Amino acid sequence: MEYVIEMRNIRKEFPGIVANDDITLQVKKGEIHALLGENGAGKSTLMNVLFGLYEPEEGEIYVKGNKVVNNDPNIANSLGIGMVHQHFMLVDKFTVTENIILGKEPTKSGKVDLKSAAKEVQALSDQYGLRVDPYAKVEDISVGMQQRVEILKTLYRGAEILIFDEPTAVLTPQEIVELIQIMKKLVSEGKSIILITHKLKEIIEVCDRCTVIRRGKGIGTVDVKDSNPDSLAAMMVGREVNFTVAKGIADPKESVLTIKDLVVLDSRKVPAVNGLNLNIRAGEIVGIAGVDGNGQSELLEAITGLRKISEGSIHLRDSDITNKTPRNVTRTGLAHIPQDRHKHGLVLDFSVGENMVLQTYYEKPFSNNGILKFSPIFEKANKLITEYDVRTPDAHTPARALSGGNQQKAIIAREVDRDPDFLIAAQPTRGLDVGAIEFIHSKLIEQRDKGKAVLLVSFELDEIMNVSDKIAVMYEGRIVAEVDPKQTTEQELGLLMAGGKRGTADAE
Amino acid sequence: MQNNNNKIKFLVPLVSVLLGLLIGGIIMLVSDYDPFEAYVALFQGIIGGPYFIGETIRQMSPLILAGLAVAFAFRTGLFNIGVEGQLLVGWLASVYVGVFVDAPAIIHIPLAILAAGVAGALWGAIPGILKAKFKVHEVITTIMMNYIALYSTNEIIRQFMLAPGERTKTIKETASLSSPFLQKITDYSTLHYGIIVALIAAVIMWFILWRTTLGFELRAVGFNQHASQYAGINVSKNIVLSMAISGVFAGIAGSMEGLGTYQYMTINAAFTGVGFDGIAVALLGANSAIGVVLGAALFGGLKIGALNMQSIAGVPTELVGVVIALIIFFVACSYIVHWLMNRVNKGGKI
Amino acid sequence: MSFMDILALIIPAAIVSAAPLIFTALGGVFSERSGVVNIGLEGLMLFGAFTGAVTIYYCEQLGLGSASPWISFAAAMVVGALLASIHALASITLKADQVISGVALNFLAAGLAIFLTKKIFHAGQTPVISERISKSDIPYLSDIPFIGKLFFSNAYATSYVAVLFAVIVWYVLYKTPFGLRLRSVGEHPMAADTMGIKVPKMRYIGVLLSGAFAGLGGAVYVASISGNFTHSTITGQGFMALAAMIFGKWHPLGALGAALFFGLAQAISISGSHIPFLEDIPKVFLLIAPYVLTILALAGLVGRADAPKALGTPYEKGKR
Repeated sequence: MEYVIEMRNIRKEFPGIVANDDITLQVKKGEIHALLGENGAGKSTLMNVLFGLYEPEEGEIYVKGNKVVNNDPNIANSLGIGMVHQHFMLVDKFTVTENIILGKEPTKSGKVDLKSAAKEVQALSDQYGLRVDPYAKVEDISVGMQQRVEILKTLYRGAEILIFDEPTAVLTPQEIVELIQIMKKLVSEGKSIILITHKLKEIIEVCDRCTVIRRGKGIGTVDVKDSNPDSLAAMMVGREVNFTVAKGIADPKESVLTIKDLVVLDSRKVPAVNGLNLNIRAGEIVGIAGVDGNGQSELLEAITGLRKISEGSIHLRDSDITNKTPRNVTRTGLAHIPQDRHKHGLVLDFSVGENMVLQTYYEKPFSNNGILKFSPIFEKANKLITEYDVRTPDAHTPARALSGGNQQKAIIAREVDRDPDFLIAAQPTRGLDVGAIEFIHSKLIEQRDKGKAVLLVSFELDEIMNVSDKIAVMYEGRIVAEVDPKQTTEQELGLLMAGGKRGTADAE
Repeated sequence: MQNNNNKIKFLVPLVSVLLGLLIGGIIMLVSDYDPFEAYVALFQGIIGGPYFIGETIRQMSPLILAGLAVAFAFRTGLFNIGVEGQLLVGWLASVYVGVFVDAPAIIHIPLAILAAGVAGALWGAIPGILKAKFKVHEVITTIMMNYIALYSTNEIIRQFMLAPGERTKTIKETASLSSPFLQKITDYSTLHYGIIVALIAAVIMWFILWRTTLGFELRAVGFNQHASQYAGINVSKNIVLSMAISGVFAGIAGSMEGLGTYQYMTINAAFTGVGFDGIAVALLGANSAIGVVLGAALFGGLKIGALNMQSIAGVPTELVGVVIALIIFFVACSYIVHWLMNRVNKGGKI
Repeated sequence: MSFMDILALIIPAAIVSAAPLIFTALGGVFSERSGVVNIGLEGLMLFGAFTGAVTIYYCEQLGLGSASPWISFAAAMVVGALLASIHALASITLKADQVISGVALNFLAAGLAIFLTKKIFHAGQTPVISERISKSDIPYLSDIPFIGKLFFSNAYATSYVAVLFAVIVWYVLYKTPFGLRLRSVGEHPMAADTMGIKVPKMRYIGVLLSGAFAGLGGAVYVASISGNFTHSTITGQGFMALAAMIFGKWHPLGALGAALFFGLAQAISISGSHIPFLEDIPKVFLLIAPYVLTILALAGLVGRADAPKALGTPYEKGKR
């Protein structure tokens, strides 16, 4: 059997992690092949290898049966491989046509022949049903049209194999319907498609076959018509990697955080959180399950005072913290373990000690009348370093020099030590090793047992299942279901996260 | 890891200075000058006698302050190219107080310096506000503010303070930093008390940055605006403050000229160049207070020594400008040094 | 003095002072459109002025006569590009801070130019040239009533070349594949990279062109206005050209308009005292007008000025 694309035994390492470990992917001509895996499973790395952005340490790539060495996107283009990037590679100030022809411009006596280019774009657009306005500027068109421009870019270069990297992550439901039609049209015209996704619904709807990877390893390839969401979810999540977290039964008390009818706009001024209600009580961990881009980041930014709230209110105990400054919210009793510890959690060039007081440096005893008091600061830092087992040579070492797990421990130490009523943990274990993960989970549970309210946001389903006392499923800016982790399954959660209805998994 | 960082911190400026001098030597060689004779003359012109030492130290004072101004803003992630303009308004303000106010020296001198600082702060705060409010890049606005300062100060002198010789009147004795004593012990150089002001300013800069909560916030914003915002620090406020404080140093640098070296202000056809030299000083001094003092000593020395180099070895003083430019290039390209060190130390993570 | 007389005094003067600014600002457009900040324009222009003065002097010695200035223009462009290559190497290949590299370039150019002047001529300035670009009327066009007298009479050929160049640069940047690619690299280098465009190469071209144009601007200043090179020949014209480029919104024709406008401000500030109703305006307002307007433009108060998106950021391949 000849494959249009065959990647054999690919291995790709980055410092400290193996992103792809012996993965094989075979794509037939004219099929839509899904590449399924959780966030961080290694899907994008594998596709960047195929597109020539990364060079693999081991493994071979065959295109239409011929072995190729592909270390440059130019080579990939000439091999007929095109990539529709998740973050669009478009020049905002250029027109649709200019973006499509860039680097391969038709000319007439030295001048870019925009007229015939636009005609060609129009022709391609008609052939594949990719509705665009060739003369519109990219900054003025919708996200859906921008994506169609990305697709046209690959077709204009004669791509036979198209890679779609999480194409639905940024689209509205209507745009998703349209995209699915486009993909079907493309394969009917003889193109082959690799679809990177973690949405089961899409796979069932459009894909022929599906290769699953998990934590950098290839799990297997299945025919979609022989599988169902349950079996795919099981392959994606992997039952055997359950972390068992030792915890007692929750004893929730009075409510601590109350969110009412919250509306928050994202940077494109579109509601990312749209009428959300949530209530978190003292002594419970509420886990938010949801696919990335359903408003989780905006929700957290709204709670912590970093993003403006358009409508609705947030109360922390009796205080209204709606649209208060971050400092104000923190002082009311909130601690925050942010999603991106390098960007938001730490000042990497500060010492560990300075990072430990990043929220409290202005208070006594760490300063007095605006003058920093270093002995209390480093006394505190050393105490926290011991208590939270932060592995660092000393408190004067820059935070940059610490491993990810120890950086995260330092953040947790700083936040938890302030003894807040309410703790937000956003993807607290992303990219960490097993030991650090266990430590962090136990600290979250310890906080719960001390009577704090904890909000956990994670894209790792098993983390949500194991750590939370209640799971709130977030979809398109709303909490669409609240379930008891003991009475649900990963399959059911997966379906709810993809916008499915409750109970469908049981019925199938 | 940290050891290596410290090594790089010293290595980069040191190697850059040596490379700069080396290429300067090659330029002299191909231009038919004797580089050895020239560098000996240069060196003697810096420390070869009390007069030269006095002149070098006098030259250092405004350079230290201008360097502190650039370095302070750098620490908050801001590039203050406007030191030159802030210096001019500071110069004018100090001379204004020196000429028009009557007070005993103990009040008059601090008052004149304070006026210079306030003028510099206001001039520096404008680009800060534009940056915080309108997201306008400070590099462009500070350059524009330099020219506005140049023409405005000239006009103010012409309109209100003109004395014969295209300059202001001389300041009153009570506002002067000049010191017959310092002049006497340095063979009648133009050395004045300004160096004390500059050194105190260096200590203050260090103190603000490393010992106060304000400095903590400024440095946090400089390293990582996002994390600072998450930690509840008001980023906009810190940007404006940083530019204003930077402007204070620059303004006081101007008062060194007004109250010390010249005792008046001339109508300037062009910039003094001190503000731009401050960029070189800060860069070479890795934006630390002690580094700035050392960098100012080097560049101040080079500028003064160049005069001796010209008269003894016949090499035009401008060669020193070329050497300084080369040093800046090398420090700015320290990427290579860092990159090399990183390659060597790969896997050195804890 | 009639209104016509006033205009006849100011407008040709404005066009004269604008020409060097136009060339240099066009250079800035090339560099910054490719994503590289170039505050070294001042130094590049200064070195161009030096090169121009020296070349004209020697060409005169060789008896090349009125061709001398034109030869010097070519020389200044080559030398400007060479000098700019240092900035390109530092800021593109070695990823130095582009602003610092530009500052260093200004130091280097100023130091080197005076150093060489002293070395060659044993004096602080070059000899005054005799073969200047001469003023002339443009045939036919200068006969047009009203307009002819203002715009086409008694002006330097270089001024018209400057205007012509602005149009050519506009055509190159906005109508050719090269221009499309150059602009894409300044806006979204990663997108350009995935389309097979060599980002460093395009940026090198942008910076080298900026050197050539700024060098030309300096040489034109010498050949038409100053007549020789001294330490005070170029004091701020390069920065004013930078301001013109920004006020012109990084667009060649915008830069042309801004440079003409700034030239007008300069012309009025010089001859304004002879003109009724302008003599009351303090000169200082005209002198600072270009800079104040540029700041206002950046703050969005005089139409929004949008810099190329990737301006000032080094491009690192494979970095996401």
